[in-house]
Amino acid sequence: MTARYEVRFSGTGGQGVVLAGIILAEAAGLHGGQYVVQTVSYGPQVRGGMSSAEVVISERPIDYPKPIRLDLLVPFTQEACHQAAGLMKEDGIILLDPDLVSETPEGWVASVPLTRLAVEATGRVQMANIVALGAISRLCPLVDEASMLDAAKGRAPKGLFEAFERALEAGGRFAEEIRGKIPFEKAPTPED
Amino acid sequence: MKMRAEEPAKKLMQGNEACAEGAIAAGCRFYAGYPITPSSEIAEVLSYRLPAVGGTFIQMEDEIASLGAVIGASLAGAKAMTATSGPGFSLMQEHIGFACMAEVPCVVVNVMRGGPSTGLPTLPAQGDVQQARWGTHGDHPIIVLTPWSVRECFDLTVRAFNLSEKYRTPVILLMDEVVGHMRENVELPNPEEVEVLDRVKPTVPPEWYIPYEDTPFGVPPMGIFGEGYRYHVTGLLHDVRGFPTLREDEIEPFMRRLFRKIWAHLNDIQQWETYLMEDAETAIVAYGSVARSAMRAVVEAREVGLRMGLLRLITLWPFCRKAVESILDGCKTLIVPEMNLGQISREVKRVAQGRAQVRTVSRVLGRLIKPEEILEAVEGWKA
Repeated sequence: MTARYEVRFSGTGGQGVVLAGIILAEAAGLHGGQYVVQTVSYGPQVRGGMSSAEVVISERPIDYPKPIRLDLLVPFTQEACHQAAGLMKEDGIILLDPDLVSETPEGWVASVPLTRLAVEATGRVQMANIVALGAISRLCPLVDEASMLDAAKGRAPKGLFEAFERALEAGGRFAEEIRGKIPFEKAPTPED
Repeated sequence: MKMRAEEPAKKLMQGNEACAEGAIAAGCRFYAGYPITPSSEIAEVLSYRLPAVGGTFIQMEDEIASLGAVIGASLAGAKAMTATSGPGFSLMQEHIGFACMAEVPCVVVNVMRGGPSTGLPTLPAQGDVQQARWGTHGDHPIIVLTPWSVRECFDLTVRAFNLSEKYRTPVILLMDEVVGHMRENVELPNPEEVEVLDRVKPTVPPEWYIPYEDTPFGVPPMGIFGEGYRYHVTGLLHDVRGFPTLREDEIEPFMRRLFRKIWAHLNDIQQWETYLMEDAETAIVAYGSVARSAMRAVVEAREVGLRMGLLRLITLWPFCRKAVESILDGCKTLIVPEMNLGQISREVKRVAQGRAQVRTVSRVLGRLIKPEEILEAVEGWKA
């Protein structure tokens, strides 16, 4: 069975979940040399409403393009958490902002104050998604920091390169501290 | 199968973007459309790509006018397309029939979303399969292609243009929301590597030109307005000179030729792919994004020793009868997963004629069918 690493960013429209998905897909797919499929799911509303982006990363071509069981969930709302119930792998990680979400589904929770770190590092609440990507670059075995930085800079609006870089660093530093606490080997199982 | 590809490629691209790039590569230089989710990115990309290559992009007042403009542009010599989704596709049906009747090459992309009516604007479905075949009134042939990957969105858009030019017929590219919005890393071919076909033009001087005269191939050369060729273009059933006729000896030959030009070339038009079918006892027949769920289901079934294979339809219409017939000797069960309540499975049943059991796996809940939902229909599968 082909090893797949599956990620979901989920929240409401405007929180940057689709951008986060695209940057992660580019980091893994273009700069990291992996196969990627990135899909979206959102409602018909112009503003607000459920929005999620999903990324499947694999060393082999990807058949089914949607996640089967999540390795990593980044919920930006409480509802996003509820929707992911039962979808996590046993060794899946929930990268969670305790200021946004209080009740968590089953799974190992990496508590990272994404919004607070974003404000501290860049002065912008909207950068929480980029902070999350910084954390993912230390937690996901198929993406490295350099790839993430390249991909994020490629998608950063003019004048925000440095803010993106600071947000990634902030997320990365925080994740570094909790990485040692992950109670399982976080690596994709090799092809059999 | 193409998915067992070489190295991952160096561009992350959306299915809709790849479709737009395919249009440019195929020589499309005119787009008229009205944006609608989940097809809007095709219009968005072409709104800046077309002017950059000397083409024309027009946002029209609605979908009826959109296809009208496309037909006019095509008659004036441009390769032309429009893109839409269910509600707009309904509005285009009248002009699709006109393009069939007047034999005007054009490409209509329909990125399927949930329906009927405005339905589920942002969610995937495959509810327009029969509409693509029979949406416009009157007896008519049609060509419908359906991609399953971002790369194939590019390839089949090129192919849609080539077939429409070669056979002077509207070609419908039937995508779905999953394929249209999905991003994958892809490598597109260099423009010079893309095979591009152009319509056959008349070699006789304009005064000798008979616009709808039969040929051995069944497709009359197409005179271009603005190049000296003038003829009557109408939706009324017409004689070889393009004028309305009520004569039996002109009506029937016209209708027969309209079908013959497609039916006599099924080998050229129909495409399908098989995966692990050599020793398969059970086959999944699938198309579009659902074929990727089916591919996964086959891999998982093989792992527990079930002999399963996949027949993937690339040309949806005219229906690939030969493809289904070719697997009937080995397979006693055919599973047809669809994001509708059985629009292709009825075709599979018609071809199978009781020689195999046909099981439809339908999901109409606004998301892609899961591999496990297909496997549940397989005998001997235990989740």
